[in-house]
Amino acid sequence: MKCRKCGDRAILELRRHNAAFCAPDFVEFFRNQVREAIRRYRMFERDEQVLVAVSGGKDSLALWDVLIDEGYRTTGLYLDLGIFDYSVESRAKCEAFAAARGVPLLVRRVADEVGAPVPVIKQVTRRPPCSGCGLSKRYLMNRVALDEGLPVVATGHNLDDEAATLFGSVMHWRTEALPRQSPALPSTHPKLVRRVKPLFRLSERETAAYAFVRKIDYIVEECPFAVGATSIAHKETLNRMEDASPGAKHNFLFGFLDRARAAFEQVENVTLNECVRCGQVTTGTLCAFCKLADQVKRSV
Amino acid sequence: MLRNPKREVEVAGNRRVKDVLRELEILPETVLVIRGDELITADQVVSDTETIELRPVMSGGAR
Repeated sequence: MKCRKCGDRAILELRRHNAAFCAPDFVEFFRNQVREAIRRYRMFERDEQVLVAVSGGKDSLALWDVLIDEGYRTTGLYLDLGIFDYSVESRAKCEAFAAARGVPLLVRRVADEVGAPVPVIKQVTRRPPCSGCGLSKRYLMNRVALDEGLPVVATGHNLDDEAATLFGSVMHWRTEALPRQSPALPSTHPKLVRRVKPLFRLSERETAAYAFVRKIDYIVEECPFAVGATSIAHKETLNRMEDASPGAKHNFLFGFLDRARAAFEQVENVTLNECVRCGQVTTGTLCAFCKLADQVKRSV
Repeated sequence: MLRNPKREVEVAGNRRVKDVLRELEILPETVLVIRGDELITADQVVSDTETIELRPVMSGGAR
């Protein structure tokens, strides 16, 4: 198989684009997709410092790598979830990445912020571990960005993540979740920073290939709690559809963003308040994060 | 070599990657195929004596 651009031997075939690329041309393709995402959704400007949420996995480190190379000013944020060896190893990967490139990395421990690490939160709440974990991460990303005076948080969500989330929302007709699904969520309150997903045009196979080609040392092992997660089941279903019909995931997500999302926007009409305890934004009086911390405090 | 969990399986060689993946019931879109220090496409032939790594690309949970 030959590279579509230069005719050299290809290293990766992208069926949905009906193309294959050699390593240098794939890297260029990848960066073009990120540039296009940033430009089209006006994710951030050249003079804005971006908080990049990194997990040690392929997606977030690939994102950080591109943004650094594109000349953006970035600060990394690693949230230590306290998930045994997985967290120890993933933190080490992020620290090594940041040190090698001379970029700042902030580290916050969920155990310090919530009162217990994710495995304990899972037991206390008796809910799927991804639930308390996701809540804590979203809260802390926003709060750290505010504390540091950074206007925007970028996460490594890829095309597969976004298509799987959309699939889950549609399967349950969670119409209230649909307008919130976007590659760029604007700040709707002085205490909410912008949230952007510059990798949403790229599949997870493409982010993995980019990380490999760029020799980024990322954690290949999956989070032990991800086994059996609903999002994984949705990804598997979508992958079977993609295999039968290349481009299926892309069409599903982009069709929604371009043609359907706007139809659900008027549904959302919520009042935003500040949490009576921590001052962060909530739709109630005490925010979900503080409630979680209370629940943990009562049980530990 | 396969990952998550890490394990090695023996399959007949001198075949295209595509055919090896089919035998192992792995969708090509879900893995990187690594030979030595480079990625290879599904039309490449793997010899009987070579080892390739099939690295899953899925990450998950709610993030």
